[in-house]
Amino acid sequence: MIHLSAFQIFLLLTVLKIAVVLVITLTAVAYTVLLERKVLGRMQNRWGPSRVGPFGLLQPLADGIKLFLKEDLMPLAVERPLFVAAPVIALACALISISMVPFGAETTYQGVDLFQIANINVGLLIILGVTSIGVYGIALSGWSSNNKYSLFGSLRSTAQVISYELALGLSLVGVILRAGSLSLRDIVNSQSAHGARSWNIFGGLQIVGFFIYLMAAYAETNRSPFDLPEAESELVAGYHTEYSSMKFAMFFMAEYANMITVACVATLLFFGGASSPFGHLTDHLFATGFIHAVLPIFWFVFKVFSFILLYIWVRATLPRFRYDQLMGFGWKFLLPLAMVNILATALVLAFRS
Amino acid sequence: MQIALFTIFGLLAVIAALNMLLQRHPINSALSLVVVMMSLAVLYWSLGAEFLAAAQIIVYAGAVMVLFVFVVMLLNAGEEQRTKGSKIASIAGFPGAAAIFCLLTFIFLKNRAALGNTQLSGLYNGAESNLTRIAHALFTNLLLPFEVTSVLVLVAILGAVVLARKEL
Amino acid sequence: MQTHYIWQYIPLVLQILVALAMAGGMVAASFFIGKHKRTKVKLGAYECGMDPVGDARGRFSVKFYMVAMLFILFDVEAVFIMPWAVIYRQLHTITGQRLFGFWEMVVYLGFVAVGLFYVWKKGILDWTNTSSRGDL
Repeated sequence: MIHLSAFQIFLLLTVLKIAVVLVITLTAVAYTVLLERKVLGRMQNRWGPSRVGPFGLLQPLADGIKLFLKEDLMPLAVERPLFVAAPVIALACALISISMVPFGAETTYQGVDLFQIANINVGLLIILGVTSIGVYGIALSGWSSNNKYSLFGSLRSTAQVISYELALGLSLVGVILRAGSLSLRDIVNSQSAHGARSWNIFGGLQIVGFFIYLMAAYAETNRSPFDLPEAESELVAGYHTEYSSMKFAMFFMAEYANMITVACVATLLFFGGASSPFGHLTDHLFATGFIHAVLPIFWFVFKVFSFILLYIWVRATLPRFRYDQLMGFGWKFLLPLAMVNILATALVLAFRS
Repeated sequence: MQIALFTIFGLLAVIAALNMLLQRHPINSALSLVVVMMSLAVLYWSLGAEFLAAAQIIVYAGAVMVLFVFVVMLLNAGEEQRTKGSKIASIAGFPGAAAIFCLLTFIFLKNRAALGNTQLSGLYNGAESNLTRIAHALFTNLLLPFEVTSVLVLVAILGAVVLARKEL
Repeated sequence: MQTHYIWQYIPLVLQILVALAMAGGMVAASFFIGKHKRTKVKLGAYECGMDPVGDARGRFSVKFYMVAMLFILFDVEAVFIMPWAVIYRQLHTITGQRLFGFWEMVVYLGFVAVGLFYVWKKGILDWTNTSSRGDL
C-alpha cells in the first residue's frame, strides 16, 4: 500500500467528489428535462416522450447525440469571442455553485468530508457571487448575437435577474440570522435539533422568507411564470435565438443546472438539508454504518426532487407575467417584504434567546 | 505560495487594466475591468479577507460591471475614434501618476512595521472567522460609518433618479 | 475541526477549473463533430425568414439603466446586511443591550426604505406608459 500524505488524500478525494458530483448533476439535468416533458405531457393529457427506450428513458441520450451532431453555426454578424464565451460562462457558473452544497450528513474519512465538495466560511456569499457572474452569460449572449430578438431577450432577462437577485439575497438573511454563519454546513446544522420542527421554514419562522426565495428563484432561473426572456410567441427563443448545436444545449443545461442548484439551496436553507424530518426519533433503527450515512442523502434527494416537481407543476399551471407586472412584483412587493421579514425575524430572535 | 499568487494576479490586474485602456470597443474595455476586479478579489483573498473577496465579486464584478455592460449595450456605443490625446494630459498626467506612485511606495515602505504581515499558510479556520471579526468591528466600534453608508446609498439613489430625468 | 484556510478553497478552485474546462470542451467538441455547410442565408441574422433590417444596435429605454443602477445600490446594502446577520445573535452579549442590533438595522433599512419609497413615488418602478408620470 502506497503511503499518501494527508494533503494527497485530500486532493484525491476532492477530485473524486467533483467527478462524481458533476456526473450526477449532468445526469440529473438530462433527466430533469425528460421528467419535465413527461409530467407536462401527463398534465396536458398527452404522453410526452415515449419512443426512445422503455418509457422514453433514453430520450435525453438521443437528444444529446443529436445536439452534438448538429451544425455549429456562427452567424456572420456576431461578435465572435463573446459569442463563444457567453455559453461557457453560463454553463460554468451553473456548475460551480453545486460545489458548496452539503448533500449528506457530515461524514469524514481521513479528515475529509465525503458529502460536500467545499465547505467555506462564506459559502452562501460565493453562491450569490457566482449567480451574479452568471448574468454576464445572458447579457453577452444577447448582445454579441447581433440579433434583435436576442438583444430584447437578454435585456429583459438581465433586468429581471438582477432585480430578483436583491429579493433573493435579502430573503436569505433571516436564515443567516438564525444560524449566525454563512457556511452552508453550519446553516444545516442549526436546523438539525428536532427534525422538521426546527427547520427554518417552521421552527425558524421563515415561511415568508421561503416564499420570497421561491419566487425570486423562479425569476432568477428564468422559469415559468417568469420566463419572459424566452417568450416564444414574441421573442422566438430570447437570448439564445442565434445559438445552435451544443452551444444552444449549453444554455439549456445551464438553465436546468441552475434549477437544481436553486432547489438544493432551498432544501439546505429552509428544509434542513439532508436531515430527516423525524429528527432523532428514527436514529436507533439505523444506528449502524452504511444506512446511517446514506439515509440523509435519500432525504436530501427526496427534497430536491420535490422542489423540481413543484417547478414543473408551476410551469404547467401558471400563465406568464406581463413585463410591467414582473418588475412591479419584484421591486414593489418582494423587496419591501424581504426587508420587513428581516426586521421581524431579528425582533423575534432578540426576544427568544 | 502567497508571493506566487500575488505576482500572478497582480500582473493579471495590471495587464487587464492596460487592456481596458487600449481596447477600442467599450464592451471589451468593460470586460477587462471585470478581470481587474476579479484579480483584486483574489488578492484580497490571499490576505485572508474572504468576506471582502466575496463582496468584491458580488458588488464590483457582479453589480457595478453589469451596469457598465448594460449601459454600453443600451447606448449603442461603437468603436472609439482614436484621438491624439490632449497635451495637458501627457504633461501633467505622467508626472502626476509617477508622483502618486512614489508617494504611496514611500508611505507603505515607511510604515511597513505598522501594517502587519499575513502568512497564507499560517491561516486556520478556527472558531472565529475573518467574517465574524469584520462584523464585530463594523457593528460596534464603526457603527456610525456603517449607518452613514445607508445615507450614502440614499443620496446615490436620488442622484441616479436625477441623472435619468428628461430635463435637468 | 481546524482546517487550513487554503484547503477550504482548493476544492472550489478545482471545481471552477473543471466546470470551465467542461464548458469549453463542449463548445470545442460541437465545433469539431458537427459538419459545417455555410450558406449566406444560413449565416444571416435570424428574423423569422425575412431579410434582416438594420442591425441590433439600437438605443433602449432609460428604465433598464435605472434598474441596473438601483440594483447596485441595493446590492451594496444587501452585502452590508450579511455580516450583521452573522453577528446579530452575539451582539446583545457584546453590547449588553438586547435590541441594540435590531435598532441598528432599523435605522439602516429605514434610510434605504426611504430611497425605495422615493423611487417608487417617482414612478421609476412603473413600466407601463400610462402610469408613468412623465419623469422618464
